[in-house]
Amino acid sequence: MMKADIPVIEALDLSKRFGSFTAVQDVSLQVEKGEFFGLLGPNGAGKTSIIRMMYGFSPLSSGNMKLFGLDIRTGWREIRSKIGVCQQENTLDPDLSVEKNLLVFAGYYKMSRKKAVRRTDELLDFFALNHKRQAQVSQLSGGMVRRLMLARTLINDPSLIILDEPTTGLDPQSRHQVWDKLRDLRSKGLTLVLTTHYMEEAASLCDRLIIMDRGRILVEGNPEELISKYAGASVVELENPGEDLKTFIREKQIRHEELMNRIIIYTDDSEGLGKAIRERFCPEKCLFRSGTLEDVFLRLTGRELRE
Amino acid sequence: MKRFDLSLLFLSVWKRNLIVYRRIWKVNFMVPLFEPLFYLAAFGIGLSGLIGDVVYAGQDLSYIQFIAPALLATSVMFNAFFETTFSSFVRMYYQKTFDAMLSTPLSLEEVITAEIVWGATMSMLAATIILFIISVLGFVVYPWGLLVIPLGFLGGLAFGSMGMFFTGIVPSINMFNLPMFLVVTPLFLFSGTFFPVSGLPFWGQYLAGISPLYHLVELTRLLTMGIMESSPFISIAYLTGFALVFYFLAIRAMRKRLIK
Ligand SMILES: Nc1ncnc2c1ncn2[C@@H]1O[C@H](COP(=O)(O)OP(=O)(O)O)[C@@H](O)[C@H]1O
Ligand SMILES: [Mg+2]
Repeated sequence: MMKADIPVIEALDLSKRFGSFTAVQDVSLQVEKGEFFGLLGPNGAGKTSIIRMMYGFSPLSSGNMKLFGLDIRTGWREIRSKIGVCQQENTLDPDLSVEKNLLVFAGYYKMSRKKAVRRTDELLDFFALNHKRQAQVSQLSGGMVRRLMLARTLINDPSLIILDEPTTGLDPQSRHQVWDKLRDLRSKGLTLVLTTHYMEEAASLCDRLIIMDRGRILVEGNPEELISKYAGASVVELENPGEDLKTFIREKQIRHEELMNRIIIYTDDSEGLGKAIRERFCPEKCLFRSGTLEDVFLRLTGRELRE
Repeated sequence: MKRFDLSLLFLSVWKRNLIVYRRIWKVNFMVPLFEPLFYLAAFGIGLSGLIGDVVYAGQDLSYIQFIAPALLATSVMFNAFFETTFSSFVRMYYQKTFDAMLSTPLSLEEVITAEIVWGATMSMLAATIILFIISVLGFVVYPWGLLVIPLGFLGGLAFGSMGMFFTGIVPSINMFNLPMFLVVTPLFLFSGTFFPVSGLPFWGQYLAGISPLYHLVELTRLLTMGIMESSPFISIAYLTGFALVFYFLAIRAMRKRLIK
């Protein structure tokens, strides 16, 4: 099948400048049909800027962006009719009820009244918002607001959805509920681009992701690959490490990070290093755990605050 | 993206505003209904005795008859201007409604056009309500009077575009006080609304001629009473030109403001 070869998103040397400030620099990425793709990075990394270029809101400063093989500069209207965007801020219409938020939005896609009503019913059901149908947006909890945002994102039956921090500020219950819904959609062949600050979210949802900082891509890969490459299979954390341990680590050239009163040691444990450390240097407070995406993220983007 | 991209899809945004309006239409209806009544009572009845008759276009008119069409025209101005300044600003800035729209197949031009056309719709509605009131008072000659309704729409486009231009450039919602005070209030007072422009010195008449409200007031007098002091064709051309210039200025200002 020829058609399957066209990537859903194809960005080439994308840059975004605001005056003399460069928010995104030479970013290239490709998202295939059916893929869940993650865009990670600390605040200000340029994630939202990339997303805004994806749906044709921000003009590109340079580079190229194609969705479904269409150039965003000329094909933006057709592209937007095939995608759903969930923006970072709450952009629900506070002048309208829950139900009307979906019905009116359907109008922006030239959807027939009949189809809009059917789709609204389906989505209110799917996101468990049926009992709030007539409520005003201001009466919804944070979790319901996000669910309604997601429902609205899906109103036009998009084949690609772009979610900018869809779960920020949600309690764990709501977050897991959103994940379940997204997994459900994955099984129906949807393509997804997601930004998030929750590493376990990215690790469990994304087939592939990039970590970026200061407008540039640092790494790209699937979560397991990245974890084994940059964090290792197992991690040892201990407090107030002694000099003998530090010397041992340096001699063996084990990957590690020295923090203020703490040391984090990344091992792939093929040589039983973890065991050695446990026996020789762990009289007390020593944490053994497996490597996570958060380790990768922090190692690559550093630990200092961004804002 | 094309420089100017407008299709009938803008009607979906217009419809959104209609749905919101209908939700509290009774409240929304009150303002254009009662405001001109207050003015007519205060100026027409209160001041009439002090002022007596007014000579306009060679005819003697009672003061209330003189100002009735002008109040209709100022209502047209206020309704569109209010809608595309305060109301549009709230939608744009606080509610991020435009941001959401711009993730759908809507273009910026369509969103802005819809807001302006909605403002003009409000003007047209106000014109209709007031036309009814002053018809009851016996100040309207039919069938020409009915043309006040489309005229209200044209006037609404002119003042709605001007308002939208200010929405594109004001840093915060409080700053609308400035165009209100520097533009709308002088227009309200000096556009042949409360006294005939023909009584003014030459420079005053010249200034009134620049005012879009003056032309709207003149046309309203023509359509309701069959008399005016100036040329209807010049007034229609001026209003249309004013609307077009500010429409494009508004689109440009909003593009600069919204598209980053
Ligand atoms: N409209 C703008 N004007 C100037 N700078 C901006 C604008 N939008 C974003 N930026 C800057 O670009 C950088 C990237 O922002 P953004 O893409 O929002 O980051 P992220 O979504 O990864 O947190 C930040 O430093 C931000 O301050
Ligand atoms: Mg962001």
